[in-house]
Amino acid sequence: MKPVQLKAEVMRNEKLSSDITRLTMMARDIADIAKPGQFVMIRPTSCYDPLLRRPFSLHQVTGDGLIEILFKVVGRGTRILSAVEVGEFLDVVGPLGKGFLDSSRENICLLGGGMGIAPLLFLAKWLVSKKTGDLNFNIVVLLGAATDSEILPLLDDFEVMGLNVKIATDDGSLGYHGFVTDLLSKNLDPDNNWIIYSCGPYPMLKKVAGISRDNNWQCQVSLETIMACGIKACLGCALPKSESMKLTDTQPYAHVCKDGPVFDAAEVKWI
Amino acid sequence: MDLKKAALNVNFGSLQLKNPVMTASGTFGYGEEFSSFVNLNRLGGIVVKGISLKPRVGNPPPRVAETASGMLNAIGLENVGVEKFISEKMEFLRNIGTNVFVNVLGDSVDDYGRLAERLNDTPGISAIEVNISCPNVKKGGVAFGTDPAMVEAVTREVKSKCSLPVFIKLSPNVTDITLTARAAEQGGADGVSLINTLLGMAIDVRSRRPILGNVVGGLSGPAIKPVALRMVWQVAKQVSIPVIGIGGITTTEDAIEFLLAGASAVQVGTANFVDPRATENIVEGLQKYLEDNNLSSIKEVIGKLIL
Repeated sequence: MKPVQLKAEVMRNEKLSSDITRLTMMARDIADIAKPGQFVMIRPTSCYDPLLRRPFSLHQVTGDGLIEILFKVVGRGTRILSAVEVGEFLDVVGPLGKGFLDSSRENICLLGGGMGIAPLLFLAKWLVSKKTGDLNFNIVVLLGAATDSEILPLLDDFEVMGLNVKIATDDGSLGYHGFVTDLLSKNLDPDNNWIIYSCGPYPMLKKVAGISRDNNWQCQVSLETIMACGIKACLGCALPKSESMKLTDTQPYAHVCKDGPVFDAAEVKWI
Repeated sequence: MDLKKAALNVNFGSLQLKNPVMTASGTFGYGEEFSSFVNLNRLGGIVVKGISLKPRVGNPPPRVAETASGMLNAIGLENVGVEKFISEKMEFLRNIGTNVFVNVLGDSVDDYGRLAERLNDTPGISAIEVNISCPNVKKGGVAFGTDPAMVEAVTREVKSKCSLPVFIKLSPNVTDITLTARAAEQGGADGVSLINTLLGMAIDVRSRRPILGNVVGGLSGPAIKPVALRMVWQVAKQVSIPVIGIGGITTTEDAIEFLLAGASAVQVGTANFVDPRATENIVEGLQKYLEDNNLSSIKEVIGKLIL
């Protein structure tokens, strides 16, 4: 489906913590065709500083035309966006990129770190709706963050679907005290055939990719890079790929915006 | 009442553009990437991503960095190579109903000649734009675009190998851009396009490392517009071939400034990333500007700066 550019009305601006914002926008033409793992590019301002759009994974998409993004204030663009008011319009392009792919494996693990949790909610809802009536599947959700305030506001959204959620925090304020990747061995029976869907900081994804490879699990990761265009015109978001990457060209780089942002972990050259 | 629409068309010799709004190389892919957002048929022309004889893999990431009202890029001229360009990209481009300028780049004078020869035989191409901001491998890596003698030699070589109109895209990273512009004219160029990006740099103060994988990169966007405008004005006075203005053009007003300074057409670059519909908005804006000012043709704007 082709992406569109539209003016999306801000319907809700929720402050989930001191620096985490969830924006809900009316963007029917995007909501109608979006898949979990895809992203949108949003202009923080109609002025030219900051200049470029910011990429955000789709956090939730609802049948009534609403899309949501979830982000932490990390710079000028996100600071401006965190302050938009209900009724304002944002210039949004999307949905962009390739999302998560369905797997025939019945044991599914969603592993998110920090703001990487964002796209996993959309994915979880999609998986739950797809697998309804299928009693053989099993979903485990592992969420990690620096501290409890980054996870607590999102917990209900996962648990309301009846999902089994395990938590890890760097400071031990909630759940397991340590890395969320440690939860893999604690919660996943290595004898089962798992598919891991993961999004989060690069070092976390690298670790998830390694553990998945060692256990012969499938693993799909959603990667983040700086992007200028989001539509593979500028070629700015180059990602070194492993030799197993099967794209139509013979280049050593994939482009996160169009070849991703979701990649099979085995296709990425982890640095 | 005059019902005739004010005319936006401009001509470069035998080459006719329905309006003076084009896209800048490297910011518009091979056209198809923007087809969801822009009616390509409404543009005066599109300039595709620079093409070399062999595919190029480009630079290691990070390749882009945002700066004040601008961006740095060090993509490293990643492209599919001329053969794949012709076999995979041209079919779409042949059918979009606007002029297709193919931007070419090489490591040697001979490379440029071979590219021109290959493209000359390919139907659907309106013109060649020559990127001379690349290092000349055979001359110790000095950029072609900084040496007027090399600019003239490359221009002459490309002209001798093709019958298409040839535009030389000038580098601003020189002391006097009118010298390279005149060298291009001397070599037989049908026009010059300027400016390419300004060499720049950004540093991450926490890690104390350069932000770009290539350390340095090209600055583009609104930040460079005044520099570009000044150079276009200087060059337009010095050459009698058409000048295409490039550099931070984002709005209709920006485009009009370049036309007034002497550009016969403009290329929109970084603005395509900010607003994928920027080019079409400028086409509409120019039409309105002419009508609001009771002008019958865009030619009444080109070079009409009042000093």
